[in-house]
Amino acid sequence: MEQTTDSALCERLYRSLYRIRRVEEEVARLYPTDKIKSPVHLSIGQEAPSVAVCDLLEPEDVVFGTYRGHALYLAKGGDLPAMVAELYGKVDGCARGKGGSMHLIDMQVHMMGTTAIVATHIPHAVGYAWALQRQGKPQRVICFLGDGSTEEGVFSESLNFAALKRVPILFVCENNGYAIHSHISARSAQSDIVQRISGYGIPSARVEDGDIFRMREAARTALAAVRDPQGGPYFLEILTCRLKEHVGPKDDWHMGYRSRADIQALLANDPVDQLAARLQPESRQQIETAVEQEIERAFQYAEESPFPEQEELFQDVFA
Amino acid sequence: MSLHDGGERTLTFAGAIQEAMAQEMERDPTVFVLGQGVDDPIGFYGTTLGLAERFGSDRCFDTPLSEDAVTGMAIGAALAGLRPINTHQRMDFLLLCMNQLVNIAAKSCYMFAGAMPVPLVVRGVVGRSWGQGPQHSQAFHSYFMHVPGIKVFAPSLPYDAKGCMVAAIRDNNPVLIMEHRMLFNVQGPVPEHLYETPFGQARVLRSGDDITLVAIGHMVMEASRAARQLAEEVGIAAEVIDPVSLAPLDMATICRSVQKTGRLLVVDNSWTNCGATAEIVAQVSEQWQGSRPVQVKRLGFAPTPCPTTRPLEVDFYPHAASISKAAFGMVRGDGQEWNPERVSAKEVEAFKGPF
Repeated sequence: MEQTTDSALCERLYRSLYRIRRVEEEVARLYPTDKIKSPVHLSIGQEAPSVAVCDLLEPEDVVFGTYRGHALYLAKGGDLPAMVAELYGKVDGCARGKGGSMHLIDMQVHMMGTTAIVATHIPHAVGYAWALQRQGKPQRVICFLGDGSTEEGVFSESLNFAALKRVPILFVCENNGYAIHSHISARSAQSDIVQRISGYGIPSARVEDGDIFRMREAARTALAAVRDPQGGPYFLEILTCRLKEHVGPKDDWHMGYRSRADIQALLANDPVDQLAARLQPESRQQIETAVEQEIERAFQYAEESPFPEQEELFQDVFA
Repeated sequence: MSLHDGGERTLTFAGAIQEAMAQEMERDPTVFVLGQGVDDPIGFYGTTLGLAERFGSDRCFDTPLSEDAVTGMAIGAALAGLRPINTHQRMDFLLLCMNQLVNIAAKSCYMFAGAMPVPLVVRGVVGRSWGQGPQHSQAFHSYFMHVPGIKVFAPSLPYDAKGCMVAAIRDNNPVLIMEHRMLFNVQGPVPEHLYETPFGQARVLRSGDDITLVAIGHMVMEASRAARQLAEEVGIAAEVIDPVSLAPLDMATICRSVQKTGRLLVVDNSWTNCGATAEIVAQVSEQWQGSRPVQVKRLGFAPTPCPTTRPLEVDFYPHAASISKAAFGMVRGDGQEWNPERVSAKEVEAFKGPF
């Protein structure tokens, strides 16, 4: 990690990282109470790609993400109490309880609704970006996706379309190495995703070491390319690590399908710890106290929010 | 819904679709068309001719052979405020779009509590005839009728070809329009002005007291021929109903007719199992719960894949005489049989390939 980064940036990144991690730790802590009756795909360990990229976005920029979307939702500025209420299935949830953890949305901050079907959102992001381009709008679309999605046919189709029409869109691949319990080497003859991307005629880059500042610099370069009026799509792969099980609140190292030793370098660079160590103790304390209070209020809000009325079952089937 | 409110002007079914899209594109700059071959010299059976030249290549354009992503891309564009019309030269290829249409287009409004509606028009052409075979002739409207959140039109008249297209473009939800290729050259009255065919409103095309014929898509033509044959040759008065809108479905009009006739024959240009015919008969049965005797029967594709060779293909599809025969059996009953002469279907016989 470079040593010359200004403290305001460190504080901003730390606040965002710490907030996401603590929200999810609270989700994990509460999960056994069964108050959250919905599958949760926690981002713990892989908060940094969302935080690094979103730190550089304009408020009007639009993000599309996946069912492992808590980190992106929060990093983009999504409403925290509405997210927690959504997990609780309450009427004040961001989708009035009808979506749950896998379908978070906050249109106020241009966080598009996320889907539970791997890779399905990728063409939506491309179509959205194409439409903005056609309308001459300046904001850009960032499409977050996982390594598993790169094996779906629609991924390939979407990249081809984006390259063909020179659609200004940034794809951010959060490569945590696993699709549920299957390692990427068991799923692709060519595990090097960037290598595969080059065939589409889309420029790409990879960040391998888990360093959030390097992620941010790579994202800056990528966004500059995408914002260039003559630019087109760009693909950024970021290696990262999911610390919890695929779905649910528990650790799963005991299952034996992966080992901590495999990701020692990433774990050593855990940005939450790295940034915490760099902050002045007072400012760190200040950030953490404020975040803890905010989280407590958000969960309280969710607890107190009512469930939807029965007639809501039939609402919003059609616009 | 008068067919003649625009005077005597006639257009083909394909011409009516083209006019609807052109007028809507003129009216609303957010409307655009994408699909394979929409800007080529054939112009998607003539339905997209001139659109690229008139409105530009960013409002009517060809796509890669990527039905899944192109459907998704259209959904994304719809989320960004545009109104896409995505075309499929064969409905068979819609199977490649099912994830996008069923998991996203149909659910986006609901699962995000109204925040992400998807105004999307999907045109699926049924490619029947002249040896199209098992993978170029299928009609999947019932797959979409099954799923809440998506509307389904199946126009049979040029008038409704235009009205359904206009209504679909203006609707804020995903709408599938099943267009039967055998209808494309059929002429009929089409007003020049813009108008909408309403969702959930069936059209009674012919009145009769003896039996209700509900026919879907191209089968409306065959059922109308059967109704004439029944009247002229055996004195049976059939009422012919075109549902036009399959989801939502106007069961009130159908039930009103069955209340009068006591007999319902539903004919589809698809298979009967778990299909539109099954749904219509089930809803009629639920209406009376046995309190009123109602005879029901369904006709559709033979329960096989569609054969390519002509001698087998002709028996695969219901036609006027097979409809007449079935209706006669229901009305006259007691084992009486009638084998009416095969009625000419010009739109089928006139068609020559290669595509």
